[in-house]
Amino acid sequence: MSLDLEIQLIAVLVAASCALCGSFLILRRMALMSDAISHAILLGIVLAFFVTHDTASPWLLIAAAATGVLTVVLVEALHRTGRVKEDAAIGLVFPALFSIAVVLITRYAGSVHLDTDAVLLGELAFAPFRRLELWGMDLGPKTMWVMGAVLLLNVSFVTVFFKELKLATFDAGLAAALGFSPALLHYAFMALVSVTAVGAFDAVGSILVVALMVAPPAAAYLLTDRLPVLVVLATALGALSAILGYQLAKSTDTSIAGSMASCAGLIFLLAFLLAPDRGIVAQARRRRRQKMEFSQAMLAIHLLQHEGTPEMTRECRPEHLTEHLRWLPQWASRVARQAEREGLITRVGELLELTSDGRDLARRAMVQ
Amino acid sequence: MIGEMIGELFSDYTLRTVTLGSATLGAVSGAVGTFAVLRRQSLLGDAISHSALPGIALAFLLTGSKATLTLVLGAAISGWLGTLFALAVVRRTRVSEDSALGIVLSVFFGFGLVLLTLVQRLPTASQAGLEKFLFGQAATLVTRDVVVIAALGAVAVLAIVVFWKEFKLVSFDPEFGGSLGFPMARIEMLLTAFLVIAIVIGLQAVGVVLMSAMVVAPAAAARQWTDNLRNVVVLAAVMGGLAGVTGTLISASTTKLPTGPTIVLSATALVVLSLAFAPNRGLLWAALRRRRNRRRIRAEAVLLDLYALSRQHTDPLYAHPEGSLEAMGQDRDVPWSLEVLADLGLVAQRGPAEWALTPDGTLHAEELLGLRASRSLAEA
Repeated sequence: MSLDLEIQLIAVLVAASCALCGSFLILRRMALMSDAISHAILLGIVLAFFVTHDTASPWLLIAAAATGVLTVVLVEALHRTGRVKEDAAIGLVFPALFSIAVVLITRYAGSVHLDTDAVLLGELAFAPFRRLELWGMDLGPKTMWVMGAVLLLNVSFVTVFFKELKLATFDAGLAAALGFSPALLHYAFMALVSVTAVGAFDAVGSILVVALMVAPPAAAYLLTDRLPVLVVLATALGALSAILGYQLAKSTDTSIAGSMASCAGLIFLLAFLLAPDRGIVAQARRRRRQKMEFSQAMLAIHLLQHEGTPEMTRECRPEHLTEHLRWLPQWASRVARQAEREGLITRVGELLELTSDGRDLARRAMVQ
Repeated sequence: MIGEMIGELFSDYTLRTVTLGSATLGAVSGAVGTFAVLRRQSLLGDAISHSALPGIALAFLLTGSKATLTLVLGAAISGWLGTLFALAVVRRTRVSEDSALGIVLSVFFGFGLVLLTLVQRLPTASQAGLEKFLFGQAATLVTRDVVVIAALGAVAVLAIVVFWKEFKLVSFDPEFGGSLGFPMARIEMLLTAFLVIAIVIGLQAVGVVLMSAMVVAPAAAARQWTDNLRNVVVLAAVMGGLAGVTGTLISASTTKLPTGPTIVLSATALVVLSLAFAPNRGLLWAALRRRRNRRRIRAEAVLLDLYALSRQHTDPLYAHPEGSLEAMGQDRDVPWSLEVLADLGLVAQRGPAEWALTPDGTLHAEELLGLRASRSLAEA
């Protein structure tokens, strides 16, 4: 496999794992827990490194995942004291843990492999150089195997506990009443998020883990109402951001992780603007259509009121609508034109006259 | 070492400048942060500080200048844009606030990193130094920076004074404020704008990654000491300033200690101390109160047991064996409770492990049972 392909494969594995657990994070309104966890795991990595003196040791992963869960426990404990609110608790816990880690790194590990740049940027570009060799055979980059295992873990967890996750996410009370333990599932899920964050951290750095966990699922959330579709779509969008991001970074020679995050953000922005039902453009178009429909109903009612009355010659002129319905002249003529096109009214000389369709519309509108 | 540092503080010009700068930024972020914490927007600060990064890089790319004011302006504009985008997403879609903030902070930051790598490839050697905005480097503050920090900080503090009533309303009861005719949406925007200012002036010293903690920590610490908004704001400013100074001095006195994390850890220490020891809300006092209550309830249970026994006997002051009381309630720590009751004069020891009610004890037991108008145990 070429270097390029290996990096992209790793990036896709990372993005897919992040999107899988991110989907449930955003639905549970815990998106910022990913921020807290992805920062705090650094402390676990650093402490395990001080004990083992080996950046390749699996203990680093284990310690980091444990710190992730510890962060969640600390945040919840702090919140439970009733002295600080939950958002403030998050905002207190992870900067503190992260600060300790950064201080430890700069003080004591300055000469070794861990450095603060790697913390923020990840080392995706170097991932292919750390090979996994067994019995003298080259099996590909180590990170690829690690992330493959993490993805497998994510896929198994989400498929095996799909029903439980769905229930606990949308109705924790019902889940508890039915005998599932939301607390147990919660901590298992948080452990999964931590493990995923640790794996991804190595590749894309602490802050961009957040981008991959939150942006693709949030974009998918604007595109579908069905949970299984959301999970699959989020994974696909995550993978797409990874590949686009890598290509962009390669062609402009910039940070891979940063450009992956930018692409994830761009995809969210597109969904935000253009999502078929919930996008800003669709919302604006719907509002405009509703305004037009309402105005036509108003026009029809107005004409029906004055039909066959002595004032008809005065009231049923297009110019008069500006005065009576307080419409701007352009709007009045647009509404009249549109109503004519739809066969609700016809022009008889200077006057507007309802067709039978128009009369029906006016009567229906008034009943409503 | 600290004494030496303070001595140096008055003689060393650079150190004095740096300390003054961090004290000011700590005080401003503490005061403005109080409102963010009260409005449950603690993590908005995180989004603002991260989304300032592309602004810093872009300001440098466009102007080629590293002047503090230019970079701070760029930071403020992109921080403000990030906030607006997050607010628009929350208002216009069903994406929740936490997701919107998460997207803004990570995507803006990622884009900032892309721009930073572009900056690093510029041919001019002058590119170095933007990295300090990641983790902060108070040591690079010069007088001009401190002037910018102080001027912007003064504007924010002045705004708090001028709009005190409005900011208070928006923090505690925006619906009520709206019904009084205050333009609440505009006031919220104004408050957010000052949050942006408070954050961007701290970026150079504390860094984008950790600046949000300076918004949350002083306010969370100050909140434990008082229930009065004015006192919280003032105390948060003091604590923020204190954390800024302590962090800067510690970081300046040792080699290879980044300022941002040190300042944040100082602020966290203040939070831990406040959570534990603040009068009333302190967790230590709460634990003591709980223990006292538990003991009182146990002692009262033993007293009632003894009363029940005495009702079985013709002589109400007849002594009963401790063993009977033990048998009546397992988890009451009978010997200890009896001693407490004896100290209060409610029971008296008549023989080895034999106890009787005193007349006072009978009275009190009957009060507890609602047979008499009550007096509290404390009075007894």
